[in-house]
Amino acid sequence: MNNKYKIIILGATIVIIFILFLKVLNSDKTYQPNQMIGKKLPEFILEDLFNKNTKVDTSVLANKDFIVLNIWASWCVPCQIEHPFLMSLKDKKKINIIGLNYKDESKNAKNFLKKYGNPYSIIGVDKKGEFAILLGAYGVPETYVVEKGKIIFKHIGPINEDIVNKILQLKK
Amino acid sequence: MKKFFFVIILFILSLNVVHANEDLKNKIYKNVRCIVCQGQSIYESNSDFAIDLKKLISKKLDNGENEKQIYEFLISRYGEWIVYNPRFNLNSLSLWLLPFFIFMIGGFLIFRLNKNKKR
Repeated sequence: MNNKYKIIILGATIVIIFILFLKVLNSDKTYQPNQMIGKKLPEFILEDLFNKNTKVDTSVLANKDFIVLNIWASWCVPCQIEHPFLMSLKDKKKINIIGLNYKDESKNAKNFLKKYGNPYSIIGVDKKGEFAILLGAYGVPETYVVEKGKIIFKHIGPINEDIVNKILQLKK
Repeated sequence: MKKFFFVIILFILSLNVVHANEDLKNKIYKNVRCIVCQGQSIYESNSDFAIDLKKLISKKLDNGENEKQIYEFLISRYGEWIVYNPRFNLNSLSLWLLPFFIFMIGGFLIFRLNKNKKR
Protein backbone atom coordinates (compact mmCIF):
# COMPACT_ATOMS: atom_id res chain seq x y z
CA MET A 1 0.00 0.00 0.00
CA ASN A 2 1.17 3.48 -0.81
CA ASN A 3 2.67 5.38 2.15
CA LYS A 4 0.31 8.29 1.47
CA TYR A 5 -2.76 6.06 1.92
CA LYS A 6 -1.32 4.58 5.11
CA ILE A 7 -0.89 8.04 6.58
CA ILE A 8 -4.46 8.98 5.57
CA ILE A 9 -5.89 5.79 7.15
CA LEU A 10 -3.84 6.34 10.31
CA GLY A 11 -4.94 9.99 10.50
CA ALA A 12 -8.60 9.06 9.96
CA THR A 13 -8.41 6.38 12.69
CA ILE A 14 -6.89 8.84 15.15
CA VAL A 15 -9.59 11.42 14.31
CA ILE A 16 -12.36 8.82 14.79
CA ILE A 17 -10.88 7.77 18.14
CA PHE A 18 -10.68 11.39 19.28
CA ILE A 19 -14.29 12.04 18.21
CA LEU A 20 -15.40 8.96 20.17
CA PHE A 21 -13.34 10.03 23.16
CA LEU A 22 -14.79 13.54 23.04
CA LYS A 23 -18.32 12.16 22.77
CA VAL A 24 -17.84 10.01 25.87
CA LEU A 25 -16.19 12.86 27.78
CA ASN A 26 -19.03 15.22 26.93
CA SER A 27 -21.81 12.78 27.79
CA ASP A 28 -23.75 13.73 30.89
CA LYS A 29 -22.34 11.84 33.84
CA THR A 30 -24.15 13.80 36.51
CA TYR A 31 -27.49 13.06 38.11
CA GLN A 32 -30.18 13.52 35.47
CA PRO A 33 -33.28 15.06 36.96
CA ASN A 34 -35.15 14.45 33.70
CA GLN A 35 -35.13 10.68 34.00
CA MET A 36 -38.90 10.56 34.65
CA ILE A 37 -39.86 12.98 31.89
CA GLY A 38 -42.23 11.36 29.41
CA LYS A 39 -43.00 8.52 31.81
CA LYS A 40 -46.36 7.75 33.34
CA LEU A 41 -46.89 9.02 36.87
CA PRO A 42 -46.40 5.96 39.14
CA GLU A 43 -49.51 4.45 40.72
CA PHE A 44 -50.08 5.61 44.28
CA ILE A 45 -52.40 5.12 47.23
CA LEU A 46 -51.73 7.64 49.98
CA GLU A 47 -53.49 8.82 53.08
CA ASP A 48 -55.33 12.16 52.81
CA LEU A 49 -53.74 14.80 55.06
CA PHE A 50 -57.11 16.11 56.27
CA ASN A 51 -58.93 12.81 56.53
CA LYS A 52 -57.04 9.72 57.64
CA ASN A 53 -59.84 7.44 56.47
CA THR A 54 -59.76 8.75 52.91
CA LYS A 55 -57.24 7.56 50.41
CA VAL A 56 -55.66 9.71 47.75
CA ASP A 57 -54.89 7.51 44.77
CA THR A 58 -54.18 7.66 41.04
CA SER A 59 -57.90 8.12 40.36
CA VAL A 60 -57.58 11.80 41.42
CA LEU A 61 -55.90 12.30 38.04
CA ALA A 62 -58.90 10.96 36.12
CA ASN A 63 -60.43 13.59 33.81
CA LYS A 64 -57.66 16.02 34.71
CA ASP A 65 -55.56 16.89 31.70
CA PHE A 66 -53.12 19.15 33.46
CA ILE A 67 -52.01 19.03 37.07
CA VAL A 68 -49.04 20.19 39.08
CA LEU A 69 -47.69 17.83 41.72
CA ASN A 70 -45.70 19.49 44.46
CA ILE A 71 -43.63 17.69 47.11
CA TRP A 72 -43.44 19.74 50.27
CA ALA A 73 -42.99 19.57 54.04
CA SER A 74 -43.57 22.00 56.89
CA TRP A 75 -39.97 21.60 58.09
CA CYS A 76 -38.58 22.58 54.69
CA VAL A 77 -37.49 26.23 54.53
CA PRO A 78 -37.35 26.44 50.69
CA CYS A 79 -41.00 25.24 50.70
CA GLN A 80 -41.92 28.45 52.55
CA ILE A 81 -40.08 30.47 49.88
CA GLU A 82 -41.95 28.83 47.00
CA HIS A 83 -45.34 28.86 48.73
CA PRO A 84 -46.49 32.30 47.45
CA PHE A 85 -45.81 31.11 43.88
CA LEU A 86 -47.93 28.02 44.43
CA MET A 87 -50.68 30.23 45.86
CA SER A 88 -50.56 32.46 42.79
CA LEU A 89 -50.68 29.40 40.48
CA LYS A 90 -53.82 28.29 42.26
CA ASP A 91 -55.57 31.65 42.80
CA LYS A 92 -54.69 33.64 39.71
CA LYS A 93 -53.99 30.94 37.17
CA LYS A 94 -56.49 28.32 38.37
CA ILE A 95 -53.99 25.50 38.15
CA ASN A 96 -54.90 22.27 39.88
CA ILE A 97 -52.11 21.48 42.34
CA ILE A 98 -51.83 18.16 44.13
CA GLY A 99 -49.65 18.19 47.24
CA LEU A 100 -47.41 15.41 48.45
CA ASN A 101 -46.61 15.96 52.10
CA TYR A 102 -43.16 14.42 52.57
CA LYS A 103 -42.03 12.84 55.86
CA ASP A 104 -43.88 15.33 57.97
CA GLU A 105 -46.00 15.49 61.10
CA SER A 106 -49.60 16.02 60.02
CA LYS A 107 -50.16 18.57 62.81
CA ASN A 108 -47.19 20.66 61.63
CA ALA A 109 -48.28 20.32 58.00
CA LYS A 110 -51.77 21.60 58.82
CA ASN A 111 -50.35 24.50 60.82
CA PHE A 112 -48.10 25.38 57.87
CA LEU A 113 -51.11 25.53 55.54
CA LYS A 114 -53.07 27.57 58.07
CA LYS A 115 -50.25 30.09 58.25
CA TYR A 116 -49.33 30.36 54.57
CA GLY A 117 -52.55 29.26 52.81
CA ASN A 118 -53.48 26.04 51.06
CA PRO A 119 -52.77 25.96 47.31
CA TYR A 120 -53.51 22.23 47.01
CA SER A 121 -56.75 20.68 45.78
CA ILE A 122 -55.81 17.47 47.57
CA ILE A 123 -52.85 16.38 49.69
CA GLY A 124 -51.46 12.86 49.96
CA VAL A 125 -49.19 11.94 52.84
CA ASP A 126 -45.90 10.21 52.07
CA LYS A 127 -44.79 9.52 55.62
CA LYS A 128 -41.90 7.19 54.72
CA GLY A 129 -40.82 8.95 51.53
CA GLU A 130 -41.50 5.83 49.45
CA PHE A 131 -43.67 7.47 46.81
CA ALA A 132 -41.07 10.21 46.43
CA ILE A 133 -38.52 7.53 45.46
CA LEU A 134 -41.01 6.07 42.95
CA LEU A 135 -41.18 9.57 41.48
CA GLY A 136 -37.39 9.75 41.27
CA ALA A 137 -37.31 12.58 43.80
CA TYR A 138 -34.62 12.96 46.41
CA GLY A 139 -35.83 15.79 48.58
CA VAL A 140 -38.17 18.70 49.03
CA PRO A 141 -39.38 20.81 47.38
CA GLU A 142 -39.84 19.26 43.97
CA THR A 143 -42.50 20.10 41.42
CA TYR A 144 -43.83 17.96 38.58
CA VAL A 145 -46.19 18.87 35.76
CA VAL A 146 -48.38 15.95 34.75
CA GLU A 147 -50.29 16.08 31.47
CA LYS A 148 -52.77 13.29 30.72
CA GLY A 149 -51.07 11.08 33.32
CA LYS A 150 -47.57 11.64 31.95
CA ILE A 151 -44.81 13.66 33.61
CA ILE A 152 -43.83 16.41 31.19
CA PHE A 153 -41.78 18.68 33.44
CA LYS A 154 -39.85 18.46 36.66
CA HIS A 155 -38.23 21.12 38.80
CA ILE A 156 -35.95 20.47 41.74
CA GLY A 157 -35.90 23.12 44.44
CA PRO A 158 -38.27 25.99 45.15
CA ILE A 159 -40.24 27.30 42.19
CA ASN A 160 -39.93 30.97 41.24
CA GLU A 161 -41.47 33.40 38.72
CA ASP A 162 -39.58 31.77 35.82
CA ILE A 163 -40.83 28.30 36.70
CA VAL A 164 -44.38 29.62 37.13
CA ASN A 165 -44.15 31.10 33.60
CA LYS A 166 -42.76 27.84 32.27
CA ILE A 167 -45.67 25.92 33.83
CA LEU A 168 -48.15 28.38 32.30
CA GLN A 169 -46.48 28.00 28.91
CA LEU A 170 -46.82 24.23 29.18
CA LYS A 171 -50.53 24.61 29.89
CA LYS A 172 -51.14 26.51 26.67
CA MET B 1 -31.12 -36.77 70.11
CA LYS B 2 -31.77 -36.89 66.35
CA LYS B 3 -34.33 -34.14 66.72
CA PHE B 4 -31.81 -32.04 68.62
CA PHE B 5 -29.23 -32.36 65.81
CA PHE B 6 -31.90 -31.64 63.22
CA VAL B 7 -32.83 -28.40 65.01
CA ILE B 8 -29.17 -27.36 65.30
CA ILE B 9 -28.56 -28.01 61.57
CA LEU B 10 -31.67 -26.03 60.70
CA PHE B 11 -30.50 -23.18 62.92
CA ILE B 12 -27.03 -23.11 61.29
CA LEU B 13 -28.58 -23.20 57.81
CA SER B 14 -30.94 -20.33 58.62
CA LEU B 15 -28.00 -18.30 59.95
CA ASN B 16 -26.23 -18.87 56.63
CA VAL B 17 -29.27 -17.70 54.68
CA VAL B 18 -29.55 -14.53 56.79
CA HIS B 19 -25.83 -13.92 56.37
CA ALA B 20 -26.01 -14.37 52.57
CA ASN B 21 -28.98 -11.98 52.43
CA GLU B 22 -27.06 -9.36 54.45
CA ASP B 23 -24.05 -9.75 52.14
CA LEU B 24 -26.22 -9.17 49.08
CA LYS B 25 -27.84 -6.12 50.70
CA ASN B 26 -24.44 -4.63 51.53
CA LYS B 27 -23.17 -5.39 48.02
CA ILE B 28 -26.10 -3.46 46.52
CA TYR B 29 -25.77 -0.61 49.04
CA LYS B 30 -22.08 -0.24 48.11
CA ASN B 31 -22.92 -0.04 44.40
CA VAL B 32 -25.65 2.59 44.79
CA ARG B 33 -24.53 6.21 44.81
CA CYS B 34 -25.97 8.58 47.38
CA ILE B 35 -26.91 11.37 44.98
CA VAL B 36 -27.30 13.97 47.71
CA CYS B 37 -23.88 13.22 49.23
CA GLN B 38 -20.40 13.84 47.90
CA GLY B 39 -18.65 10.71 46.69
CA GLN B 40 -20.43 8.34 49.03
CA SER B 41 -22.42 5.19 48.45
CA ILE B 42 -25.65 4.72 50.37
CA TYR B 43 -23.75 2.09 52.40
CA GLU B 44 -21.47 4.79 53.80
CA SER B 45 -24.08 7.52 54.13
CA ASN B 46 -26.56 8.21 56.89
CA SER B 47 -28.42 10.91 54.97
CA ASP B 48 -32.21 10.70 54.82
CA PHE B 49 -32.06 9.84 51.14
CA ALA B 50 -29.59 6.98 51.73
CA ILE B 51 -31.63 5.60 54.63
CA ASP B 52 -34.84 5.67 52.54
CA LEU B 53 -33.13 3.91 49.64
CA LYS B 54 -31.65 1.27 51.94
CA LYS B 55 -35.11 0.59 53.39
CA LEU B 56 -36.63 0.33 49.92
CA ILE B 57 -33.88 -2.00 48.63
CA SER B 58 -34.22 -4.19 51.70
CA LYS B 59 -38.01 -4.32 51.19
CA LYS B 60 -37.60 -5.21 47.52
CA LEU B 61 -35.15 -8.02 48.35
CA ASP B 62 -37.56 -9.36 50.97
CA ASN B 63 -40.28 -9.30 48.31
CA GLY B 64 -38.15 -11.58 46.15
CA GLU B 65 -36.72 -9.08 43.68
CA ASN B 66 -33.19 -9.79 42.51
CA GLU B 67 -30.15 -7.52 42.30
CA LYS B 68 -30.63 -6.80 38.59
CA GLN B 69 -34.29 -5.83 39.05
CA ILE B 70 -33.34 -3.44 41.86
CA TYR B 71 -30.66 -1.73 39.75
CA GLU B 72 -33.10 -1.46 36.83
CA PHE B 73 -35.69 0.15 39.09
CA LEU B 74 -33.18 2.67 40.48
CA ILE B 75 -31.80 3.50 37.01
CA SER B 76 -35.35 4.03 35.71
CA ARG B 77 -35.88 6.61 38.48
CA TYR B 78 -32.51 8.30 38.85
CA GLY B 79 -30.56 7.45 35.69
CA GLU B 80 -27.33 5.51 35.17
CA TRP B 81 -25.58 7.90 37.61
CA ILE B 82 -27.15 6.16 40.59
CA VAL B 83 -25.02 3.01 40.19
CA TYR B 84 -21.25 2.92 40.57
CA ASN B 85 -21.00 -0.01 38.19
CA PRO B 86 -22.97 1.14 35.15
CA ARG B 87 -24.61 -1.22 32.68
CA PHE B 88 -22.74 -2.22 29.55
CA ASN B 89 -23.66 0.24 26.79
CA LEU B 90 -22.14 1.93 23.73
CA ASN B 91 -20.47 4.66 25.80
CA SER B 92 -18.81 2.24 28.22
CA LEU B 93 -17.87 -0.05 25.30
CA SER B 94 -15.94 2.75 23.59
CA LEU B 95 -14.20 3.54 26.89
CA TRP B 96 -13.07 -0.07 27.22
CA LEU B 97 -11.95 -0.34 23.61
CA LEU B 98 -10.22 3.03 23.24
CA PRO B 99 -7.04 2.18 25.22
CA PHE B 100 -6.77 -1.03 23.22
CA PHE B 101 -7.00 0.87 19.90
CA ILE B 102 -4.49 3.49 21.07
CA PHE B 103 -2.15 0.69 22.14
CA MET B 104 -2.51 -0.96 18.72
CA ILE B 105 -1.77 2.29 16.87
CA GLY B 106 1.24 3.00 19.12
CA GLY B 107 2.54 -0.53 18.58
CA PHE B 108 2.09 -0.19 14.83
CA LEU B 109 3.97 3.13 14.77
CA ILE B 110 6.87 1.73 16.83
CA PHE B 111 7.00 -1.29 14.54
CA ARG B 112 7.11 0.96 11.45
CA LEU B 113 9.80 3.21 12.93
CA ASN B 114 11.98 0.23 13.86
CA LYS B 115 11.55 -1.24 10.39
CA ASN B 116 12.56 2.05 8.75
CA LYS B 117 15.62 2.37 11.04
CA LYS B 118 16.81 -1.14 10.10
CA ARG B 119 16.63 -0.19 6.43
